[in-house]
Parts: sequence; C-alpha cells; structure tokens
Amino acid sequence: MPEIRNYTLNFGPQHPSAHGVLRLVLEMDGEVIERADPHIGLLHRGTEKLAEYKPYNQSIGYMDRLDYVSMMCNEHGYVRAIEKLLGIEVPERAQYIRTLFDEITRILNHLMWLGAHALDIGAMSMFLYCFREREDLMDCYEAVSGARLHATYYRPGGVHRDLPEQMPRYDASKSKWHSAREIAQRNRARDGSLLDFIQDFTERFPNYVDEYETLLTDNRIWKQRTVGIGVVSPERALQLGFTGPMLRGSGIEWDLRKKQPYAAYHQVDFDIPVGINGDCYDRYLVRIEEMRQSNRIIQQCVAWLRANPGPVAIDDHKVVPPKRAEVKDNMEALIHHFKLFTEGYCPPPGEVYAAVEAPKGEFGCYIVSDGANKPYRLKVRAPGFPHLAALDEMSRGHMLADVVAIIGTLDIVFGEIDR
Amino acid sequence: MATQILTRTARVDALAVSIRAHFAAPDFELVDAFGELTLIVPAERLLEVAQTLRDHDDFRFEQLIDLCGVDYAAYGNSEWETEEASSTGFGRGVDRDGSIAADDPQRFAVVVHLLSLAHNRRLRVRTHVGVDAPIVDSLIPLWSAANWFEREAFDLYGILFRGHPDLRRILTDYGFIGHPFRKDFPVSGQVEMRYDPELKRVVYEPVSIEPRVLVPRVIREDSRYVGSGEETRHA
Repeated sequence: MPEIRNYTLNFGPQHPSAHGVLRLVLEMDGEVIERADPHIGLLHRGTEKLAEYKPYNQSIGYMDRLDYVSMMCNEHGYVRAIEKLLGIEVPERAQYIRTLFDEITRILNHLMWLGAHALDIGAMSMFLYCFREREDLMDCYEAVSGARLHATYYRPGGVHRDLPEQMPRYDASKSKWHSAREIAQRNRARDGSLLDFIQDFTERFPNYVDEYETLLTDNRIWKQRTVGIGVVSPERALQLGFTGPMLRGSGIEWDLRKKQPYAAYHQVDFDIPVGINGDCYDRYLVRIEEMRQSNRIIQQCVAWLRANPGPVAIDDHKVVPPKRAEVKDNMEALIHHFKLFTEGYCPPPGEVYAAVEAPKGEFGCYIVSDGANKPYRLKVRAPGFPHLAALDEMSRGHMLADVVAIIGTLDIVFGEIDR
Repeated sequence: MATQILTRTARVDALAVSIRAHFAAPDFELVDAFGELTLIVPAERLLEVAQTLRDHDDFRFEQLIDLCGVDYAAYGNSEWETEEASSTGFGRGVDRDGSIAADDPQRFAVVVHLLSLAHNRRLRVRTHVGVDAPIVDSLIPLWSAANWFEREAFDLYGILFRGHPDLRRILTDYGFIGHPFRKDFPVSGQVEMRYDPELKRVVYEPVSIEPRVLVPRVIREDSRYVGSGEETRHA
C-alpha cells in the first residue's frame, strides 16, 4: 500500500490567473483543495506610512495606485474623508461630475473584471471585447485629467477642472498606421464636447452588454464553471466582511449609494441588482446588471451637467488653489497659492471615516488628524482585503480549476490589498 | 433629499443615547465629533462590549468593516514653531528628532469600525492596549473578518491578539524584523537589499539613504475650526 499524502501546491506569484502577485499555497488531496493560504504583501508599498509624511493633497495620487482599475473611486473616498474633516460642502456640479466619473470608473472596473475573469475560465474573446470599450472610457479620463489611468482629478473641495468643451481628436496627418478612413471612423463621436462623447458611448453601451451576455449568460461551459462554485450564504457574507457585489451576490441588498448616499446619488434613479444563490454565476449577473445601471446613472448625469453650468470647486483658497490668471495680478491670490503648495492646509484635530461604494465594495479612508498639515494616520479600508481573506473558506472542497474561478469572482487587485 | 441627511444625524443621536444607556462613564467614553461616534473601551472589556454591540437589538452591528492599529507616540509633534517668535523670528528649522512618547501607556490603540445594516449606522470603537506588550482579545469569535485585519495590525504595529489562531505577519517580507508603521520606525526602513554577484545571493545591508523632509510638519491653531473637531485622544 503506498502512503497517501496531501500535496502542497504553490500557485503564483507569477501565475497568469493569480491577478497580479498572489502567492497561494494550496494543500490538496488529489485534485481537491483542503486548505488555501494566500500569501500577500508582495506589492506592499507602505502607502499609508508614506501619506503620514506628505501634506494631504500630495497623497491623492497614491489613491489612484491602490486599486488601479477603479482609480477615481479611491480618490473619492480619500477626498471625502478630508472634506468631512474640514467641514466642506462641495458645489453641486462637482458632485455630479464625481457621480459621473464614479460610474464611468465602475464600468471600467467591471469590464476589466469581466474580461479577466472570462479569460481565466477560457473565454478569450471576452477580453478583447471588454478592452475595446475600456479604450473609450479611458479617453474620457484623459480628456478631463490628461492621464488615462492615474488621474488625480478629484480634489478636496471639488474636482481639478471643469469638463472640456472639445473632445480631443485623432490627427490623420500624424498617423503612419491608419488610413484617413479609419481616422474618420475613430473621430466619429469626437466632434463635440466630452459630454457628447459620453452620451454617444451610453447609447452604444447597452448593446455591447447584450453582446457579452449572448457570449456568456446562457453559455453551457460558462455555467458549468460558475454555477454552484464558491457559494457564500448571506450570514457568512456578513461575517466575512463582504461588501459590494460580493455581498449583493449573496442576496443582501446593501449599497452605500442608496443607503448612505453621497455625491449626487440621492438625485439619480437606479436599481440595485441582488443575487439569490451567492455563487460565482450570481455575482457575474450582479456585476453585468450593475454596468447597465451605471449606464443609466451616467445618462442622467450627462443631462444634468449639460443644463447646469456652475463652479466645480469651492471658492476657499485655503483649500483650493486660486486660478492661474488671478495669481498673476493679485497679491493675496499669490500668497494663497504659495502657502497652499509649500505647506498645505491644517484640518482640525480629530478622526473621521468616509466610505464610498467603489466597484469592488466599500472603500473607506480613516484619517486621524492632530491638526497638522499631514495626516497623523491614514488607514485605507480596501474592499478586496476581506474578500481575499475568505478565499480559504470559499475554495475548500472545490477542485483546483475552481480556485481560478473563485479568484476571478473575488475581483481582487493587489494594489489595494497590499497597499 | 435634505430629509435623508437630517435623519442621518437623528440616527447618530439615537445611537448615542443607546450607547450611553449601555456603556456608562467612567469606564467608557463616547466622543461625538464630525457626525461620527467613537466609543473608547478599556482593553480588558473589549470582547464583552463587542458581543453586546453585535447581538443586542439596540445595536446589531453585523459587520466588522475595518480594524487597524494606531501609534500615538508622535501625536501633536510638529517640526515648525508657529506659536511663539524667538528673537530672530519664527523657527524655520526642520526638527528631525521630535521627541517620541515611546513609554506612554496610551501609545498603541486598536480601532474598530462597525457597521449595522439593520439600523444603517456606523460606530468606531477604540481601545488603548498598553505599550510594553500591547495585547487585546481577538475579535475573530464575533466577526470572522477580523482575522486578516488583526494579522495586519500585528505585522505593522506589533499588537498581539489573544486567541488569534494564526497570528503571522501578512504584508511585510518573510523574515522581516520590526513593526514598520510604528512612529519610531523610519520611513526609509532599516535595511536595503541587493544582489551580491560575488556571494551569488541577495544580501541585506543597513540603508544608505536618509529620509528628507520636503514639506515640514506644521500644526496651526486655526480659529475657523475652534470647536468643530475635538481633541479626541485625551478628551
């Protein structure tokens, strides 16, 4: 009789399905998972410690780099905490712009998740389709902030600048690789402003989601790989600290956008999809429906933003820098500008926690201030952290191939888990 | 939707009333600032308080949203004199050797953020855990989510959790020495790592860089904020 032993399998950190740098030590009995021990921290950069050594505004850019596929939602959580500390009310137009970009970010994130998740389970073409749409949305990021990913667009008191009147266009004379006809095709929706471009996108996007669904929702292989995999009961989902689609997939109707509304979410109309079985397939359906709902919110925001011009940041130059032109001929504006960039602002001592419904779940920032121009302590509550902690419980008793499906459904990004 | 914002403050008030009813001074302290509630709990009673907060119908905090450590050793230190002028004006020098209250029994704290879905309320619970061997009861029996958060607090601050089944480091490297988020741990770290071509392996050496201060840490008493925040630490 040969001795039967459990087999220990080292999964990652360079495995394409490990979504970054996850090292997973799996104890297996044959092909069945007995225990999964994720080793994290390979991307730990000490963001929270670094933030203690910088004035508040200089850490906004770090927030983009936490969950690097839902950049602006992270910024939103951070600036909301600062605004709470300072007691600032943000102008309504800025609130709508934030709502608009939070939802664009949600679609960006869910597209990335859908593409990568489907690729992990063997549906190559999804990845290509999702990246086609992401391109348009990243152009929106670029149009407002100049950066396709790490925008640093939200600032305490509002947003950095108003939406551009002209969407950037492709220049046929500078392209070696594309014909004039192709360039014209690419410039089709770019004749007007950014809002025109976004509106055009929202008109096309529901059809794209239908396309994704025709590929996956009734697909036999897709269902075999996801239905009944990684089931989490509602009670366990609460115990494990799940938030966002992971919690809603288990049938608990909880969304901060509805329950504790911030920005302009109390003024837009949308629905919260909820799953029934708490398996990978339900979480897939929840996220697909969230993309459709985000599209609805974006349309409402575009309509409001067209009709309501106004300031996009507060007028308090202790927090928001004065306009460049003002600095040129106004002494006080010059002093404000100088003080703001050499020292920053000093919020009152105290502690606040502010959370937003990021695409992955509740993203929160806990700031302790001792009255200095730098945070005394910043704790980032990343939604992916408790989700990954539950991997052990979710994958026990499943096959090795199901671990890949479960990692995919967790929607983890190591930027925010390792911080 | 102004009503919703109003009811939110009403919710906070209602929570404050029921907390005061269950957890009375002098053992407990309740801080109400920035529209948020912080309950300060003695370390030895944390588990019992948490049990009530989770199970009692007045509270029903089903979810542990976050748990983290805080090191208060450098609280209130600034590198720049802003209050009193010397004979040469205000001190502009950067003071790198700001005194650190390393022996303060209030130095380390564990901060827990709870969320009640039933009542739609949040609560922050803070407990100071001593300085020599900072230790507190683990919250895993009440909320499974505490597991990794406690490992993180142990890793970064060296806070121990009594009853934790698997208190290993989580974010730092294998074989890391020290607790990097403590205020007496330099931001640039203690050691740096490189590949030594002669030894044909990775070697650790003391860091060759020194942290520099680009923007000094300044505390200004701003009259606009008088009364808006609270000195929450020793309030």
